[in-house]
Amino acid sequence: MKVLVPIKRVIDYNVKVRVKADNSGVDLANVKMAMNPFCEIAVEEAVRLKEKGVVSEIVAVTIGPKAAQEQLRTAMALGADRSILVETDEEVQPLGISKALKAIVDEEKPDLVILGKQAIDGDNNQTGQMLAALTGMPQGTFASEVDVADGKVKVTREIDGGLQTVELTLPAVVTTDLRLNEPRYASLPNIMKAKKKPLDTKTPADLGVDLTPRVTTEKVEAPAERQAGIIVGSVDELVEKLKNEAKVI
Amino acid sequence: MSVLVYAEHDNAALNKVTLSVVAAAKAIGGDITVLVAGKGCGAVAEEAAKVDGVSKVLCADNDAYEHQLAENIGDLVAEVAGDYSHILAAATTTGKNFAPRVAALLDVAQISEISDVVDADTFKRPIYAGNAIATVKSSDAKKVITVRGTSFDAVAAEGGSASVENIDVAKDAGISSFVGEELAKSDRPELTSAEIVISGGRGMGNGENFEILYKLADKLGAGVGASRAAVDAGFVPNDMQVGQTGKIVAPNLYVAVGISGAIQHLAGMKDSKVIVAINKDEEAPIFQVADYGLVADLFEAVPELDSKL
Repeated sequence: MKVLVPIKRVIDYNVKVRVKADNSGVDLANVKMAMNPFCEIAVEEAVRLKEKGVVSEIVAVTIGPKAAQEQLRTAMALGADRSILVETDEEVQPLGISKALKAIVDEEKPDLVILGKQAIDGDNNQTGQMLAALTGMPQGTFASEVDVADGKVKVTREIDGGLQTVELTLPAVVTTDLRLNEPRYASLPNIMKAKKKPLDTKTPADLGVDLTPRVTTEKVEAPAERQAGIIVGSVDELVEKLKNEAKVI
Repeated sequence: MSVLVYAEHDNAALNKVTLSVVAAAKAIGGDITVLVAGKGCGAVAEEAAKVDGVSKVLCADNDAYEHQLAENIGDLVAEVAGDYSHILAAATTTGKNFAPRVAALLDVAQISEISDVVDADTFKRPIYAGNAIATVKSSDAKKVITVRGTSFDAVAAEGGSASVENIDVAKDAGISSFVGEELAKSDRPELTSAEIVISGGRGMGNGENFEILYKLADKLGAGVGASRAAVDAGFVPNDMQVGQTGKIVAPNLYVAVGISGAIQHLAGMKDSKVIVAINKDEEAPIFQVADYGLVADLFEAVPELDSKL
């Protein structure tokens, strides 16, 4: 069984985001970039399925700039067998990404596509669902448990009220939530080995897809700053303030 | 312009978040139609018909829609979408699940989790865990949008008198099925609509210690949430998580107990009207957003607070 794991290069989780002075976007110059945390969970889940003998091949894919090769190498160091970069320096949005991924799915014919539920830059939470719709696959989004057996996958999903379990026919799309697993760290020998694993580069034109954004960003602003309030000296003072000043209790 | 609002419900009652989505639809302008899809959801459709500002309710009552499976709902909404310029759903796990499928089927972009309507094509939405607010404009003829409920004041649940039309569109993709669900049972108000929310963090130490928060919450009629750290540590279930990857809340009063205040947590609660932080570490970043900070041992301060209210 083959698994496709689409990943994304994003600003590192720990970097404090700053809006550019001209409000054109977020300042990404000289900031540390990394694999999106939800994508790490997706890679880890694929690797665990391979370790269990359910999966025989893991292909990582990303759509982005040449530098995104770093994240593909990371995915291969974590256990992906090979990877594909669809190289573009243009801005890509979920619909375009999904179309490129559909073209890859048509070529690779994976049984399962595992990807992060959202990227921590755009916070869109769309790509997996869009890919599923475009390929006619069922989807198990926000997964906290994935169980593949008998040509089906059972996915336990984190929903607002608790947990929901659905059963999907294969091929299927699964998007990862935080509690699905705890990703491993790549070992040095595996990082070295990953350098020799195959990494194909394609262009959107090779795939015959149009990545033109449909949404333009007019401006990006810093959110309204919340003013720090006061430190109260005692519980009594807190109760008094909440009752008489804030009037919320 | 005409707006289709997808109703969030449990087949028995309309979820209040739908009232906020209708508010966003009003801000866009045009006729508002609410689509209720489910099984045995007639009462929900009647309830939706009374919502202020709604001109029509479409009710798709079919076995295939009982559990809101994204494959079936996506196909249904994409078919119904033909008559509308905007398709709106709540940015809940239901809306987030099916709406991108609708957008892809219609070959349009989705605009996720809008927090403001600038005009019919232009919207504001938080990005980077709320550390930046983007104003985005869609060039698509149809807009598929999910709405952050806490950013829009709910319209009145009563006052409208829309007609209800049953639509007989059965979409069963046959590729997914519902197996079961475990829903948290709680008499406390639901987090995203509670007037008061009390959340515990890693400082709670373990799950049993959340008892003191439940006790306080019951006195105040509050919902109880948690930081990701508390969820990851296994103290409480994930459906209590407040933050970038959990629920977004904006109550009148948010009490953060033993929460340091990572940016991912702040993303989920910083629009609260009044924020109280109780933490023994005076350097904790939570104090930078709190209206009232109390530097104290939570195991003394919370019971004392409870006894004085």
